[in-house]
Amino acid sequence: MVYRLWTKNKDMNRLNQLFNSKKDNLLSIYFTAGYPEPNTTLDIAEALEKAGADFLEIGFPYSDPVADGPTIQHSSEVALEKGMNLHLLFDQLADLRKRVTIPILLMGYVNPMVQYGVENFCKKAAEVGVDGVIVPDLPMYEYETLYADYFKNNNLSNIFLVTPQTSDDRIHKIDELSNSFIYLLSSSSITGGNLQVSVNIEDYYKRVKAMHLKNPAIIGFGISDNKSFKKATEYAAGAIVGSAFVKLLGTENYLEKIPAFIKSIR
Amino acid sequence: MNYGVNEHGYYGDFGGAYIPEMLYPNVEELRQQYLSIINDPGFKAEFDNLLKDYVGRPSPLYHAKRYSEKYGANIFFKREDLNHTGSHKINNAIGQILLAKRLGKKRIIAETGAGQHGVATATVCALMGIECVVYMGEIDMARQAPNVSRMKMLGAKVVPATSGSKTLKDATNEALRDWIGNPVDTHYIIGSVVGPYPYPDMVARFQSVISFETKKQLLEKTGNELPQYAIACVGGGSNAMGMFYYFLDDESVKLVAVEAAGKGVESGHSAATTFLGREGVLHGSRTILMQTDDGQVVEPYSVSAGLDYPGIGPQHAHLYKIKRAQYVSITDDEAMQAGLLCSQLEGIIPAIETAHALAQLEKMQFKKDDNVVICISGRGDKDLDTYIKYFGY
Repeated sequence: MVYRLWTKNKDMNRLNQLFNSKKDNLLSIYFTAGYPEPNTTLDIAEALEKAGADFLEIGFPYSDPVADGPTIQHSSEVALEKGMNLHLLFDQLADLRKRVTIPILLMGYVNPMVQYGVENFCKKAAEVGVDGVIVPDLPMYEYETLYADYFKNNNLSNIFLVTPQTSDDRIHKIDELSNSFIYLLSSSSITGGNLQVSVNIEDYYKRVKAMHLKNPAIIGFGISDNKSFKKATEYAAGAIVGSAFVKLLGTENYLEKIPAFIKSIR
Repeated sequence: MNYGVNEHGYYGDFGGAYIPEMLYPNVEELRQQYLSIINDPGFKAEFDNLLKDYVGRPSPLYHAKRYSEKYGANIFFKREDLNHTGSHKINNAIGQILLAKRLGKKRIIAETGAGQHGVATATVCALMGIECVVYMGEIDMARQAPNVSRMKMLGAKVVPATSGSKTLKDATNEALRDWIGNPVDTHYIIGSVVGPYPYPDMVARFQSVISFETKKQLLEKTGNELPQYAIACVGGGSNAMGMFYYFLDDESVKLVAVEAAGKGVESGHSAATTFLGREGVLHGSRTILMQTDDGQVVEPYSVSAGLDYPGIGPQHAHLYKIKRAQYVSITDDEAMQAGLLCSQLEGIIPAIETAHALAQLEKMQFKKDDNVVICISGRGDKDLDTYIKYFGY
């Protein structure tokens, strides 16, 4: 299999600009579009930027999210029940760049993208100002052979995951195929667990760090508070908080609580 | 083989391994090793011995005389219902437990719908003294309570899947989540020809013993190893793939796969995947699946829990698309009547899944000399409650 190097587009996307200007302590927040209410996607994104988040992942819900734990599963179910889908999400994101300046990624599973049409999905994402996509169940081979051109033509970064079990060879391939950051999983787990820093995990972080990859690493899964954020950012350029934030969205007056939440993490 | 899998795990447009990175090492380990393990003479000998002495193979090919009279052809039943644990599921479970042992795995997980695959997996784990965890939808646990008890008696832990629709697809999701969290010591015994490559191919190989034996038995009984028709029911499609496997390259054999229409294909309560589904990705492979326009997986319905799955195996999707096999569907009512007919004409109470295949006979035109093989995939003991309620016995 031949892994083509990313052909550099003249215009770096917002993710590249961010990673060029800020090298550490980056905080990214994940939330599920359409949860807890169908129409607050941009309100939440705007509040997160104001509170100091560096970039965001907006999840598009799927009925069978195998990589997610109970918290994000629940948010997806609620969002779907209330009518969230990709068409609605792109409608909501039409005003994205009037209200939010930080980089935005979409995160979800491959089947809704396939039904929407992956080429259309990429065009539409670029059109509303999305910078990258994370699709946990889209592996390298399928990405390369079926879809990579759509991503490249629309200047969208595709983000790959790396786990403690991923071999050095494979991490190098992933690095080659990536053009913004590598999503380092804190352990082989579904979302919403607790960061367990064992000797093995430290070895794994050190192993990745010593590989001197061209892309920065951002650690996710199991980052839920200041302690885990600090630990993660010792080894990586930043960290992603998902389930812990989605839990906050399940409480009353969640928009008002966002600044304190971000403060509590970083 | 013309209809087999390619090096990337595809059957035409279908298959592949759409898995999150967390599962890559497990699936890659399997991909690299499954062929060399199952082709190893030591493995083959152990597999064949267990199939013979423990499962009771070869399963008989029974010439169903009263059925033959009724339908005007030579009808043969391939008696997978006589296997230990009551269905074809044990063939695959034996194969995979031997494979798991050779991979050094210490813990087995499985998903189950009706409970047949769960029971088969719990059985082989007891046989080998390996820890066993079976995921089963909360709703299925209630409607298949005897099989839950069987699994527990065999020493397995049965974990209810409480997410989503709480049935087979959700049990599969939970098993995949377990595997993500236990990547090193655990093997996932998938029960059908679904999932990421190499599962569809591996399970098909373990089930191919069905058509391997059928060919030999037909030759003995009819002087010709090829039938005119081979018929089997399809949920995910493992008994059908086992029944079709050694006939795929013989284009003269008409292959008929019977899906569950539930209350009718257009009723909104159906599991007729090829009629209602579109191409998409579920549980690690690109296949045909029932889904909304937005790509959300639709919960199927059938009176038979074993056919109640929103997708089909990728090889079936391929055989459907290129028309090598014919895909048809049978309603709940047609299946229940066929189950009763088989009980009273042949003295065999079939599983309701199997009754779907039997019901298809009513819709076919045969020539007098046609040889027709039907896979009797399972016995009806587990379905007595449903039969009793339906017929009021």
